Amino acid sequence: MTNRVSRRKLITRGLAAAAGASGLVYAARLASRYGLIPPDSGGIWGVGETLTYATQRVLMSHHSLAREFHPSEISRVIPVSGEPPVTGPFQRLLSGGFADWRLTVDGMVARPSTFSLDEIKRFPSRSQITHQACEEGWSFIAEWTGVPLSYVLNLVGVSPQAKFVVFFPFDDFWDSLDLPDALHPQTLLAYGLNGQEISPDHGAPLRLRVARQLGYKSIKFLSHIKVTDTLKNIGTGLGSASPDTGYSWFAGI
Amino acid sequence: MSEIAYVPRPAIQTSGVPGSRRHSTLVRITHWIFALSFFGLAVSGVAIILAHPHFYWGETGGTGTPSLFDLPLTTMLGGPSGWGRSLHFLAAWMAVLTGLLYVVSGIVTQHFRRRLLPSLADLSWHSFRASVLDHLRFRRPVVEDSYNVIQRLSYLTVIFLLFPLTIITGLAMSPVITSVIPQVVTIFGGHQSARTIHFFLADLLFLFLLVHIAMVILAGFASRMRAMITGRAPVRKELA
Repeated sequence: MTNRVSRRKLITRGLAAAAGASGLVYAARLASRYGLIPPDSGGIWGVGETLTYATQRVLMSHHSLAREFHPSEISRVIPVSGEPPVTGPFQRLLSGGFADWRLTVDGMVARPSTFSLDEIKRFPSRSQITHQACEEGWSFIAEWTGVPLSYVLNLVGVSPQAKFVVFFPFDDFWDSLDLPDALHPQTLLAYGLNGQEISPDHGAPLRLRVARQLGYKSIKFLSHIKVTDTLKNIGTGLGSASPDTGYSWFAGI
Repeated sequence: MSEIAYVPRPAIQTSGVPGSRRHSTLVRITHWIFALSFFGLAVSGVAIILAHPHFYWGETGGTGTPSLFDLPLTTMLGGPSGWGRSLHFLAAWMAVLTGLLYVVSGIVTQHFRRRLLPSLADLSWHSFRASVLDHLRFRRPVVEDSYNVIQRLSYLTVIFLLFPLTIITGLAMSPVITSVIPQVVTIFGGHQSARTIHFFLADLLFLFLLVHIAMVILAGFASRMRAMITGRAPVRKELA
Protein backbone atom coordinates (compact mmCIF):
# COMPACT_ATOMS: atom_id res chain seq x y z
CA MET A 1 0.00 0.00 0.00
CA THR A 2 2.78 2.36 0.94
CA ASN A 3 4.47 1.64 -2.35
CA ARG A 4 1.42 2.39 -4.44
CA VAL A 5 0.71 5.60 -2.58
CA SER A 6 4.24 6.83 -2.86
CA ARG A 7 4.34 6.02 -6.57
CA ARG A 8 1.09 7.87 -7.13
CA LYS A 9 2.42 10.75 -5.05
CA LEU A 10 5.62 10.71 -7.09
CA ILE A 11 3.73 10.92 -10.38
CA THR A 12 1.34 13.67 -9.28
CA ARG A 13 4.13 15.66 -7.67
CA GLY A 14 6.32 15.21 -10.73
CA LEU A 15 3.51 16.44 -12.96
CA ALA A 16 2.82 19.39 -10.65
CA ALA A 17 6.50 20.31 -10.60
CA ALA A 18 6.73 20.10 -14.39
CA ALA A 19 3.60 22.23 -14.77
CA GLY A 20 4.96 24.72 -12.26
CA ALA A 21 8.33 24.92 -13.99
CA SER A 22 6.86 25.37 -17.47
CA GLY A 23 4.43 27.91 -16.01
CA LEU A 24 7.39 29.86 -14.61
CA VAL A 25 9.22 29.72 -17.95
CA TYR A 26 6.08 30.94 -19.73
CA ALA A 27 5.57 33.72 -17.15
CA ALA A 28 9.21 34.79 -17.55
CA ARG A 29 8.82 34.93 -21.35
CA LEU A 30 5.60 36.98 -21.08
CA ALA A 31 7.19 39.29 -18.49
CA SER A 32 10.19 39.87 -20.70
CA ARG A 33 7.96 40.64 -23.70
CA TYR A 34 5.98 43.24 -21.77
CA GLY A 35 9.07 44.85 -20.25
CA LEU A 36 8.61 43.56 -16.71
CA ILE A 37 12.14 42.26 -16.15
CA PRO A 38 14.64 44.86 -14.88
CA PRO A 39 18.22 44.76 -16.20
CA ASP A 40 19.54 43.76 -12.75
CA SER A 41 17.23 40.73 -12.47
CA GLY A 42 20.08 38.24 -11.96
CA GLY A 43 21.28 36.82 -8.67
CA ILE A 44 19.50 36.44 -5.35
CA TRP A 45 18.53 40.14 -5.02
CA GLY A 46 17.19 40.01 -8.58
CA VAL A 47 14.17 38.00 -7.42
CA GLY A 48 13.00 40.84 -5.17
CA GLU A 49 13.90 43.54 -7.72
CA THR A 50 11.92 41.74 -10.43
CA LEU A 51 8.87 41.19 -8.22
CA THR A 52 8.83 44.85 -7.19
CA TYR A 53 9.40 46.24 -10.70
CA ALA A 54 6.95 43.88 -12.45
CA THR A 55 4.23 44.41 -9.83
CA GLN A 56 4.53 48.19 -10.02
CA ARG A 57 4.54 48.21 -13.83
CA VAL A 58 1.46 45.95 -13.96
CA LEU A 59 -0.61 47.45 -11.12
CA MET A 60 0.42 51.10 -11.23
CA SER A 61 -0.55 53.51 -13.96
CA HIS A 62 2.38 54.54 -16.15
CA HIS A 63 1.25 58.15 -16.04
CA SER A 64 0.22 58.68 -12.43
CA LEU A 65 1.64 61.99 -11.26
CA ALA A 66 3.93 62.29 -8.25
CA ARG A 67 2.49 64.52 -5.53
CA GLU A 68 3.04 68.24 -6.08
CA PHE A 69 3.23 70.76 -3.24
CA HIS A 70 2.49 74.36 -2.36
CA PRO A 71 5.39 76.87 -2.61
CA SER A 72 5.18 77.35 1.19
CA GLU A 73 6.20 73.71 1.62
CA ILE A 74 9.55 74.12 -0.19
CA SER A 75 12.41 72.99 2.07
CA ARG A 76 14.80 75.65 3.34
CA VAL A 77 17.77 73.29 3.13
CA ILE A 78 18.59 71.10 0.16
CA PRO A 79 21.37 68.72 1.17
CA VAL A 80 24.10 68.21 -1.43
CA SER A 81 24.79 64.62 -2.32
CA GLY A 82 27.73 64.18 -4.70
CA GLU A 83 30.15 67.00 -5.52
CA PRO A 84 30.57 68.37 -9.07
CA PRO A 85 33.18 66.53 -11.15
CA VAL A 86 36.73 67.87 -10.84
CA THR A 87 37.64 66.56 -14.29
CA GLY A 88 39.11 68.94 -16.89
CA PRO A 89 36.23 69.02 -19.38
CA PHE A 90 33.56 69.79 -16.78
CA GLN A 91 35.65 72.44 -15.01
CA ARG A 92 36.44 74.12 -18.37
CA LEU A 93 32.74 74.24 -19.33
CA LEU A 94 31.83 75.51 -15.84
CA SER A 95 34.35 78.36 -16.02
CA GLY A 96 32.92 79.32 -19.42
CA GLY A 97 29.41 79.55 -17.95
CA PHE A 98 28.44 76.41 -19.93
CA ALA A 99 28.34 78.48 -23.17
CA ASP A 100 30.24 75.67 -24.95
CA TRP A 101 28.29 72.84 -23.28
CA ARG A 102 26.20 70.70 -25.61
CA LEU A 103 23.75 67.89 -24.94
CA THR A 104 24.05 65.04 -27.45
CA VAL A 105 20.95 62.91 -28.07
CA ASP A 106 21.56 59.87 -30.27
CA GLY A 107 21.13 56.11 -30.54
CA MET A 108 17.88 54.66 -31.89
CA VAL A 109 16.44 58.00 -32.98
CA ALA A 110 15.45 59.37 -36.40
CA ARG A 111 17.35 62.66 -36.00
CA PRO A 112 20.46 62.52 -33.75
CA SER A 113 20.95 66.05 -32.40
CA THR A 114 22.99 68.28 -30.14
CA PHE A 115 21.45 71.12 -28.14
CA SER A 116 22.97 74.13 -26.40
CA LEU A 117 21.71 75.23 -22.98
CA ASP A 118 19.99 78.24 -24.56
CA GLU A 119 18.17 76.02 -27.06
CA ILE A 120 16.98 73.75 -24.25
CA LYS A 121 15.75 76.76 -22.25
CA ARG A 122 13.70 77.92 -25.25
CA PHE A 123 11.78 74.61 -25.33
CA PRO A 124 8.37 74.54 -23.57
CA SER A 125 9.16 74.37 -19.87
CA ARG A 126 7.48 72.81 -16.89
CA SER A 127 7.89 73.72 -13.22
CA GLN A 128 6.91 71.33 -10.47
CA ILE A 129 7.22 71.34 -6.69
CA THR A 130 7.95 67.75 -5.79
CA HIS A 131 9.26 65.64 -2.92
CA GLN A 132 12.55 63.83 -3.38
CA ALA A 133 13.72 61.12 -1.00
CA CYS A 134 17.28 59.89 -0.86
CA GLU A 135 17.76 56.14 -0.51
CA GLU A 136 19.56 56.95 2.76
CA GLY A 137 16.31 58.19 4.29
CA TRP A 138 16.36 62.01 4.20
CA SER A 139 14.14 64.02 1.89
CA PHE A 140 13.28 67.54 0.76
CA ILE A 141 10.73 69.44 -1.32
CA ALA A 142 11.90 71.75 -4.12
CA GLU A 143 10.67 73.40 -7.27
CA TRP A 144 12.30 72.10 -10.44
CA THR A 145 12.10 73.78 -13.84
CA GLY A 146 13.07 72.20 -17.12
CA VAL A 147 11.91 70.71 -20.39
CA PRO A 148 9.98 67.43 -20.21
CA LEU A 149 12.28 64.69 -21.49
CA SER A 150 9.36 63.44 -23.61
CA TYR A 151 9.46 66.72 -25.59
CA VAL A 152 13.13 66.24 -26.50
CA LEU A 153 12.57 62.55 -27.30
CA ASN A 154 9.69 63.42 -29.62
CA LEU A 155 11.85 66.06 -31.26
CA VAL A 156 14.56 63.54 -32.17
CA GLY A 157 12.05 60.77 -33.01
CA VAL A 158 12.43 57.62 -30.93
CA SER A 159 12.48 54.35 -32.90
CA PRO A 160 9.52 52.02 -32.22
CA GLN A 161 12.03 49.29 -31.28
CA ALA A 162 13.60 51.40 -28.51
CA LYS A 163 13.11 50.27 -24.90
CA PHE A 164 15.46 52.35 -22.73
CA VAL A 165 16.93 55.83 -22.52
CA VAL A 166 20.49 55.98 -21.19
CA PHE A 167 21.98 59.06 -19.52
CA PHE A 168 25.72 59.78 -19.43
CA PRO A 169 26.92 62.56 -17.10
CA PHE A 170 30.34 64.14 -16.59
CA ASP A 171 30.90 61.87 -13.59
CA ASP A 172 30.66 58.06 -13.41
CA PHE A 173 27.03 57.74 -12.32
CA TRP A 174 25.46 56.88 -15.66
CA ASP A 175 21.92 55.55 -15.49
CA SER A 176 18.94 54.57 -17.60
CA LEU A 177 15.14 54.67 -17.58
CA ASP A 178 12.54 52.47 -19.21
CA LEU A 179 10.18 54.21 -21.64
CA PRO A 180 7.24 54.59 -19.16
CA ASP A 181 9.47 56.69 -16.88
CA ALA A 182 11.35 58.43 -19.73
CA LEU A 183 8.07 59.57 -21.31
CA HIS A 184 6.40 60.41 -17.96
CA PRO A 185 5.17 64.03 -17.95
CA GLN A 186 7.10 64.85 -14.74
CA THR A 187 10.43 63.50 -15.98
CA LEU A 188 12.40 66.65 -16.69
CA LEU A 189 15.74 67.75 -18.07
CA ALA A 190 16.00 70.40 -15.36
CA TYR A 191 18.04 73.61 -15.41
CA GLY A 192 16.17 75.53 -12.70
CA LEU A 193 15.92 74.92 -8.95
CA ASN A 194 13.66 77.06 -6.75
CA GLY A 195 13.49 79.79 -9.41
CA GLN A 196 17.25 80.00 -9.98
CA GLU A 197 19.73 78.28 -12.28
CA ILE A 198 20.81 74.94 -10.87
CA SER A 199 24.10 75.38 -9.03
CA PRO A 200 27.07 73.07 -9.80
CA ASP A 201 26.44 71.31 -6.46
CA HIS A 202 22.93 70.39 -7.56
CA GLY A 203 23.82 69.25 -11.06
CA ALA A 204 24.55 72.18 -13.40
CA PRO A 205 24.10 72.79 -16.20
CA LEU A 206 21.38 70.19 -16.76
CA ARG A 207 20.20 67.29 -14.64
CA LEU A 208 17.59 64.60 -14.88
CA ARG A 209 14.56 64.75 -12.56
CA VAL A 210 12.64 61.50 -12.12
CA ALA A 211 9.75 62.39 -9.83
CA ARG A 212 8.61 58.82 -9.08
CA GLN A 213 11.96 57.31 -8.13
CA LEU A 214 14.52 57.79 -5.36
CA GLY A 215 16.98 60.67 -5.66
CA TYR A 216 19.91 58.71 -7.03
CA LYS A 217 18.04 58.13 -10.32
CA SER A 218 17.96 61.90 -10.93
CA ILE A 219 21.52 62.07 -12.18
CA LYS A 220 23.39 65.35 -12.45
CA PHE A 221 25.83 67.05 -14.90
CA LEU A 222 24.25 65.56 -18.04
CA SER A 223 26.29 65.34 -21.20
CA HIS A 224 24.86 62.64 -23.46
CA ILE A 225 21.52 60.85 -23.87
CA LYS A 226 21.32 57.62 -25.84
CA VAL A 227 18.17 55.74 -26.86
CA THR A 228 18.58 51.97 -27.08
CA ASP A 229 16.76 48.65 -27.19
CA THR A 230 19.21 46.86 -24.88
CA LEU A 231 21.34 47.72 -21.88
CA LYS A 232 23.49 44.59 -22.11
CA ASN A 233 26.49 46.18 -23.82
CA ILE A 234 26.65 49.31 -21.63
CA GLY A 235 28.90 49.20 -18.58
CA THR A 236 28.47 45.87 -16.82
CA GLY A 237 25.08 45.41 -18.49
CA LEU A 238 22.99 46.08 -15.39
CA GLY A 239 21.37 49.24 -16.74
CA SER A 240 23.12 51.70 -14.45
CA ALA A 241 26.25 52.33 -12.42
CA SER A 242 24.15 51.83 -9.26
CA PRO A 243 23.85 48.00 -9.29
CA ASP A 244 27.67 47.74 -9.39
CA THR A 245 27.76 49.42 -5.99
CA GLY A 246 24.79 47.46 -4.59
CA TYR A 247 21.88 49.76 -5.43
CA SER A 248 18.95 48.62 -7.53
CA TRP A 249 18.31 49.87 -11.06
CA PHE A 250 14.63 50.52 -10.37
CA ALA A 251 14.14 52.89 -7.44
CA GLY A 252 10.36 53.46 -7.53
CA ILE A 253 10.52 51.47 -4.25
CA MET B 1 -33.53 13.94 6.72
CA SER B 2 -30.19 12.40 6.20
CA GLU B 3 -29.39 9.23 8.10
CA ILE B 4 -25.72 10.02 8.25
CA ALA B 5 -24.58 11.07 11.68
CA TYR B 6 -21.96 13.67 11.18
CA VAL B 7 -19.47 13.86 13.99
CA PRO B 8 -17.22 16.87 13.62
CA ARG B 9 -13.59 16.25 14.38
CA PRO B 10 -12.63 18.28 17.43
CA ALA B 11 -10.49 21.24 16.57
CA ILE B 12 -7.93 20.24 19.13
CA GLN B 13 -7.49 16.67 20.12
CA THR B 14 -7.66 15.40 23.64
CA SER B 15 -5.48 17.30 25.96
CA GLY B 16 -2.60 15.61 27.70
CA VAL B 17 -2.19 12.81 25.16
CA PRO B 18 1.46 12.60 24.10
CA GLY B 19 1.83 13.43 20.44
CA SER B 20 -1.46 15.24 20.10
CA ARG B 21 -1.71 17.49 17.04
CA ARG B 22 -0.67 21.08 17.71
CA HIS B 23 -0.05 22.94 14.47
CA SER B 24 -1.24 22.22 10.94
CA THR B 25 1.32 21.69 8.18
CA LEU B 26 0.46 25.03 6.62
CA VAL B 27 0.87 26.90 9.90
CA ARG B 28 4.25 25.24 10.47
CA ILE B 29 5.57 25.92 6.94
CA THR B 30 4.39 29.54 6.90
CA HIS B 31 5.72 30.04 10.45
CA TRP B 32 9.29 29.10 9.50
CA ILE B 33 9.35 30.90 6.14
CA PHE B 34 7.98 33.93 7.95
CA ALA B 35 10.57 33.58 10.72
CA LEU B 36 13.32 33.57 8.09
CA SER B 37 11.89 36.60 6.28
CA PHE B 38 11.39 38.47 9.58
CA PHE B 39 15.06 37.87 10.37
CA GLY B 40 15.96 39.27 6.92
CA LEU B 41 13.70 42.29 7.46
CA ALA B 42 15.21 43.03 10.88
CA VAL B 43 18.85 42.76 9.73
CA SER B 44 18.24 44.81 6.57
CA GLY B 45 16.13 47.34 8.49
CA VAL B 46 19.11 48.07 10.73
CA ALA B 47 21.37 48.24 7.66
CA ILE B 48 19.08 50.87 6.09
CA ILE B 49 18.88 52.92 9.29
CA LEU B 50 22.70 53.00 9.52
CA ALA B 51 22.77 55.21 6.39
CA HIS B 52 20.78 57.92 8.22
CA PRO B 53 19.97 57.17 11.88
CA HIS B 54 17.84 60.31 12.26
CA PHE B 55 14.06 60.54 12.36
CA TYR B 56 11.72 63.41 11.49
CA TRP B 57 8.05 64.34 11.46
CA GLY B 58 6.13 65.71 8.47
CA GLU B 59 7.06 65.46 4.81
CA THR B 60 10.75 66.31 4.80
CA GLY B 61 13.87 66.16 6.93
CA GLY B 62 17.60 65.77 6.56
CA THR B 63 21.00 67.09 7.50
CA GLY B 64 20.55 70.74 8.44
CA THR B 65 16.94 70.40 9.60
CA PRO B 66 15.79 69.66 13.16
CA SER B 67 15.17 65.98 13.82
CA LEU B 68 12.59 64.36 16.06
CA PHE B 69 15.22 62.04 17.56
CA ASP B 70 18.56 60.52 16.63
CA LEU B 71 19.70 56.99 17.28
CA PRO B 72 23.12 56.67 18.92
CA LEU B 73 24.53 54.86 15.88
CA THR B 74 27.41 55.73 13.61
CA THR B 75 26.40 56.80 10.11
CA MET B 76 27.60 54.28 7.53
CA LEU B 77 27.30 55.50 3.96
CA GLY B 78 27.65 53.60 0.70
CA GLY B 79 27.10 49.92 1.26
CA PRO B 80 24.86 48.67 4.03
CA SER B 81 21.81 50.54 2.76
CA GLY B 82 22.42 49.20 -0.77
CA TRP B 83 22.26 45.48 0.01
CA GLY B 84 20.01 46.43 2.94
CA ARG B 85 17.29 47.67 0.61
CA SER B 86 17.65 44.67 -1.71
CA LEU B 87 17.38 42.26 1.24
CA HIS B 88 14.56 44.29 2.81
CA PHE B 89 12.47 43.99 -0.35
CA LEU B 90 13.27 40.33 -1.00
CA ALA B 91 12.38 39.50 2.62
CA ALA B 92 9.28 41.72 2.48
CA TRP B 93 8.04 39.86 -0.58
CA MET B 94 8.59 36.53 1.19
CA ALA B 95 6.88 37.81 4.34
CA VAL B 96 3.89 39.33 2.54
CA LEU B 97 3.25 36.33 0.27
CA THR B 98 3.64 33.87 3.17
CA GLY B 99 1.55 36.09 5.43
CA LEU B 100 -1.22 36.30 2.83
CA LEU B 101 -1.27 32.51 2.47
CA TYR B 102 -1.45 32.16 6.28
CA VAL B 103 -4.21 34.76 6.70
CA VAL B 104 -6.37 33.49 3.83
CA SER B 105 -6.06 29.87 4.94
CA GLY B 106 -6.61 30.91 8.55
CA ILE B 107 -9.90 32.51 7.58
CA VAL B 108 -10.98 29.65 5.29
CA THR B 109 -10.17 26.89 7.81
CA GLN B 110 -11.59 29.02 10.65
CA HIS B 111 -8.22 28.77 12.42
CA PHE B 112 -8.51 32.37 13.59
CA ARG B 113 -12.10 32.02 14.76
CA ARG B 114 -11.50 28.79 16.63
CA ARG B 115 -8.06 29.32 18.11
CA LEU B 116 -7.39 33.06 18.20
CA LEU B 117 -10.69 34.90 18.57
CA PRO B 118 -11.33 35.32 22.30
CA SER B 119 -14.77 34.39 23.54
CA LEU B 120 -16.98 37.14 24.96
CA ALA B 121 -16.58 35.57 28.41
CA ASP B 122 -12.79 35.83 28.09
CA LEU B 123 -13.11 39.51 27.32
CA SER B 124 -14.91 40.31 30.54
CA TRP B 125 -12.92 42.48 32.91
CA HIS B 126 -12.80 39.80 35.59
CA SER B 127 -11.49 37.07 33.34
CA PHE B 128 -9.05 39.40 31.60
CA ARG B 129 -7.65 40.57 34.95
CA ALA B 130 -7.28 36.99 36.11
CA SER B 131 -5.26 36.15 33.01
CA VAL B 132 -3.02 39.20 33.46
CA LEU B 133 -2.39 38.26 37.10
CA ASP B 134 -1.61 34.67 36.11
CA HIS B 135 0.98 35.96 33.66
CA LEU B 136 2.50 38.30 36.24
CA ARG B 137 2.82 35.42 38.72
CA PHE B 138 4.16 33.08 36.00
CA ARG B 139 1.30 30.74 36.89
CA ARG B 140 0.41 28.02 34.40
CA PRO B 141 -2.94 28.47 32.70
CA VAL B 142 -5.72 26.22 33.91
CA VAL B 143 -6.88 25.27 30.42
CA GLU B 144 -3.81 23.69 28.93
CA ASP B 145 -4.43 23.08 25.28
CA SER B 146 -5.73 26.40 24.14
CA TYR B 147 -4.39 29.91 23.86
CA ASN B 148 -5.38 32.19 26.75
CA VAL B 149 -7.00 35.56 26.25
CA ILE B 150 -3.75 37.55 26.37
CA GLN B 151 -2.12 35.29 23.81
CA ARG B 152 -5.18 35.49 21.57
CA LEU B 153 -5.30 39.28 21.72
CA SER B 154 -1.54 39.61 21.18
CA TYR B 155 -1.52 37.35 18.12
CA LEU B 156 -4.59 39.08 16.65
CA THR B 157 -3.04 42.53 17.23
CA VAL B 158 0.22 41.49 15.57
CA ILE B 159 -1.46 39.76 12.62
CA PHE B 160 -4.28 42.19 11.90
CA LEU B 161 -2.96 45.54 13.16
CA LEU B 162 0.83 45.79 13.47
CA PHE B 163 1.82 43.90 10.30
CA PRO B 164 -0.76 45.63 8.03
CA LEU B 165 0.26 49.03 9.41
CA THR B 166 3.93 48.22 8.90
CA ILE B 167 3.22 47.25 5.28
CA ILE B 168 1.15 50.40 4.68
CA THR B 169 3.76 52.76 6.20
CA GLY B 170 6.36 50.97 4.08
CA LEU B 171 4.31 51.50 0.93
CA ALA B 172 3.82 55.14 1.97
CA MET B 173 7.54 55.68 1.32
CA SER B 174 7.24 54.57 -2.32
CA PRO B 175 7.00 57.52 -4.74
CA VAL B 176 5.26 55.32 -7.33
CA ILE B 177 2.60 54.10 -4.92
CA THR B 178 1.95 57.58 -3.49
CA SER B 179 1.58 58.89 -7.06
CA VAL B 180 -1.34 56.49 -7.49
CA ILE B 181 -2.74 56.59 -3.93
CA PRO B 182 -1.54 59.82 -2.21
CA GLN B 183 -3.73 59.07 0.84
CA VAL B 184 -1.40 56.23 1.79
CA VAL B 185 1.17 58.83 2.89
CA THR B 186 -1.01 61.83 3.75
CA ILE B 187 -2.95 59.93 6.46
CA PHE B 188 0.35 59.53 8.34
CA GLY B 189 1.17 63.23 7.99
CA GLY B 190 3.88 62.92 5.35
CA HIS B 191 6.79 60.86 4.08
CA GLN B 192 9.06 61.33 7.11
CA SER B 193 6.18 60.69 9.56
CA ALA B 194 5.48 57.41 7.74
CA ARG B 195 9.18 56.50 8.01
CA THR B 196 9.19 57.26 11.74
CA ILE B 197 5.96 55.29 12.36
CA HIS B 198 7.38 52.39 10.28
CA PHE B 199 10.41 52.40 12.61
CA PHE B 200 8.25 52.28 15.77
CA LEU B 201 6.01 49.54 14.37
CA ALA B 202 9.12 47.52 13.54
CA ASP B 203 10.27 48.03 17.16
CA LEU B 204 6.92 46.77 18.47
CA LEU B 205 7.11 43.71 16.22
CA PHE B 206 10.64 43.04 17.43
CA LEU B 207 9.46 43.37 21.03
CA PHE B 208 6.69 40.88 20.28
CA LEU B 209 9.32 38.50 18.87
CA LEU B 210 11.41 38.77 22.06
CA VAL B 211 8.39 38.05 24.27
CA HIS B 212 7.35 35.21 21.93
CA ILE B 213 10.79 33.58 22.22
CA ALA B 214 10.89 34.15 26.00
CA MET B 215 7.50 32.45 26.34
CA VAL B 216 8.64 29.53 24.16
CA ILE B 217 11.59 29.04 26.49
CA LEU B 218 9.40 29.34 29.60
CA ALA B 219 6.86 26.88 28.20
CA GLY B 220 9.57 24.34 27.41
CA PHE B 221 11.82 25.11 24.48
CA ALA B 222 12.22 21.52 23.23
CA SER B 223 8.51 20.67 23.28
CA ARG B 224 7.43 23.97 21.67
CA MET B 225 10.06 23.64 18.93
CA ARG B 226 9.03 20.03 18.32
CA ALA B 227 5.41 21.17 18.07
CA MET B 228 6.21 23.84 15.47
CA ILE B 229 8.53 21.54 13.48
CA THR B 230 6.77 18.15 13.55
CA GLY B 231 3.29 19.38 14.42
CA ARG B 232 3.04 17.04 17.38
CA ALA B 233 4.16 17.38 20.95
CA PRO B 234 3.16 16.21 24.38
CA VAL B 235 0.75 18.76 25.73
CA ARG B 236 1.80 20.10 29.05
CA LYS B 237 1.38 23.78 29.42
CA GLU B 238 0.57 26.58 27.14
CA LEU B 239 2.55 29.78 27.42
CA ALA B 240 3.76 30.63 23.95
